[in-house]
Amino acid sequence: MEVFGHLADGFSVAITLQNLGLALLGCFLGTMIGAMPGLGPANGVAILIPVAFTLGLPATPALILLTSVYYGAMYGGRISSILLNIPGDEPAMMTTLDGYPMARKGMAGEALAISAIASFVGSFFATWGLVFLAPQLVKVALLFGPAEYFALFTLAFATLGGLASRNQAKAALAAGLGLGIAMIGVDGQTGVPRLTFGEVHLYDGIDFLVAIVGLFALSEVFLFLERRNAGVETDASNKLNIGRVLPPMKMVGETTGAMTRGTIVGFIAGVLPGAGASLGSFMAYALEKKLKDKKGTFGKGDPRGVAAPEAGNNAAAGGALVPMLALGVPGSGTTAVLLAMLLALNVTPGPLLFTKYPDVVWGLIAALFMGNIMLLVMNLPMVGLFARVLLVPTRYLMPAVAMISIVGIYGISGSAFDLYVMIIFGIAGWALRKLDVPLVPIVLGVLLGNQMEVNLRREMTISDGNWWALVDSPLSITLWSIAIIGFVLPIIAGRYFRPKLADSAEMETSDRD
Amino acid sequence: MSDRILGGLMVLLALFYVWAASRTEISFISDPVGPKTFPMIIGGLVAVSGLVILVRPDPEPQWPALGRLAEVGAAVVLLFVYATLLPELGFVISTAVAASFLSWRLGAKPIEAILAGSSISICIYVVFHLILGLSLARGPWGF
Repeated sequence: MEVFGHLADGFSVAITLQNLGLALLGCFLGTMIGAMPGLGPANGVAILIPVAFTLGLPATPALILLTSVYYGAMYGGRISSILLNIPGDEPAMMTTLDGYPMARKGMAGEALAISAIASFVGSFFATWGLVFLAPQLVKVALLFGPAEYFALFTLAFATLGGLASRNQAKAALAAGLGLGIAMIGVDGQTGVPRLTFGEVHLYDGIDFLVAIVGLFALSEVFLFLERRNAGVETDASNKLNIGRVLPPMKMVGETTGAMTRGTIVGFIAGVLPGAGASLGSFMAYALEKKLKDKKGTFGKGDPRGVAAPEAGNNAAAGGALVPMLALGVPGSGTTAVLLAMLLALNVTPGPLLFTKYPDVVWGLIAALFMGNIMLLVMNLPMVGLFARVLLVPTRYLMPAVAMISIVGIYGISGSAFDLYVMIIFGIAGWALRKLDVPLVPIVLGVLLGNQMEVNLRREMTISDGNWWALVDSPLSITLWSIAIIGFVLPIIAGRYFRPKLADSAEMETSDRD
Repeated sequence: MSDRILGGLMVLLALFYVWAASRTEISFISDPVGPKTFPMIIGGLVAVSGLVILVRPDPEPQWPALGRLAEVGAAVVLLFVYATLLPELGFVISTAVAASFLSWRLGAKPIEAILAGSSISICIYVVFHLILGLSLARGPWGF
């Protein structure tokens, strides 16, 4: 089959000393970032983008580094879920339900090992899913004209909002704010400055890296300043008795079914626009509980309750890469951040990525396979080391996060103006989080705004100003219908479904993805 | 109440945005849509969602006490001052001061905070500048 040839090429790209080293570094950093409460995949990757960018890494190595961080963070989130009952990031939330009870029964080591294996199974098979599904999606996407792309972008915003927020008006507001920010600067098609108010710094527009780092990373620092939560570190040290790190084979056998189902559910959730890893792990856990909880052991330390959501969230992480790479439309916060990095490197994802830069795509996929194996090997024996990260108090961690964010942004432009803009985004991000306005649509808007407008105007130029041209092909009508359903359905159904997910988590603190 | 304020502010912002977009000068190159239309559509979207939030607000979020709010405000001021002084004083000194302040406000004792801030600053300088070769702000002393 064709894909195996591509995959072999990918491995030949990925297997260089530098790439393997970057993958190893990324996996290690990612696991640490995931383990730290308050730092998740989205803001972890956000901080590292400017750093990777200013180091002048070419596209493939940079992408390998950051996706390894992404996969690693998905592994790392479970550590504090299990040991401290505090999810390291939002997708790891469901793991607390059975992971922490297992740890209290003295089975912390087993829980960590089972979840590492489940994470591996989830992301390994999801990467295979990516290999087979993405080229198919590319075939569909090659049929897209500007009208279809415009509809697709609308769809991404409509469905993303529906799942990321409890209030559709706030999701729409967030999308509008992001798109509005993207409009600032010189209009690419006619060369006139827009919304710049004569400020020369704004002529190039607002750099999306500045917006992302401010919104995701700095706002986290402000949240910690506001809370100054001290409870975590005082009682952590005595809970880090892990015990054995290899699970009995019997337990692995018992949880195989849970891992399989979790992987399938998670992958589907990941591919769907807007759903992301949190929903993947939630649905995997809910399904497993419904099917297998005959004796009422779920929630009391059932290994299957650890395996299912961990397989689910890691499979979703892989699934979310499918629309990001094949369509250029990210399905979650972290993939939006990865998209930002690709754009910063002048690589535009989408169907043409597969034909124009096959070495980037397949090199990345090969690196994901290798990173996964590294993560499994790293996470079984070294889990104790990663658990130590939990002992680093936030009063030392958060200043470092703030300063590294600033270094990255300053390194790109060397201008104080960008730092001011970043701080403004940081404080705005903090306020919007408090008000339950989702940040992911803002980021997506800043990223996609210009492409969305370009496609609209291109279609209008083709049709000579006839707005009905936006809805005159079956493909675009389908996309618009899904967009409308995706936006309206949560308003009706959300009243039944969303509260369950929301109540079991502290939505505001963790980044969505 | 917070949501009503947010909604109201957003409606005002949208009006201002549409006004600003309408003042875009049109150049001689043009296309059927032009540079004004899409920003105005976005302004409309923000205005409508702002109105909905204004009319149907969510339950009040938990705002921190005034003291905590002042902490956040102080950090914002600090970061602004930091961004301004960075090119003047150089990376190591200004970062050490800023990181120490943040660490202190996050609950470290003053001496701990100074130690933590200085080590954060020096570690970043060593890793990012000396090892990775990133250009950081040079002050009068070259670091």
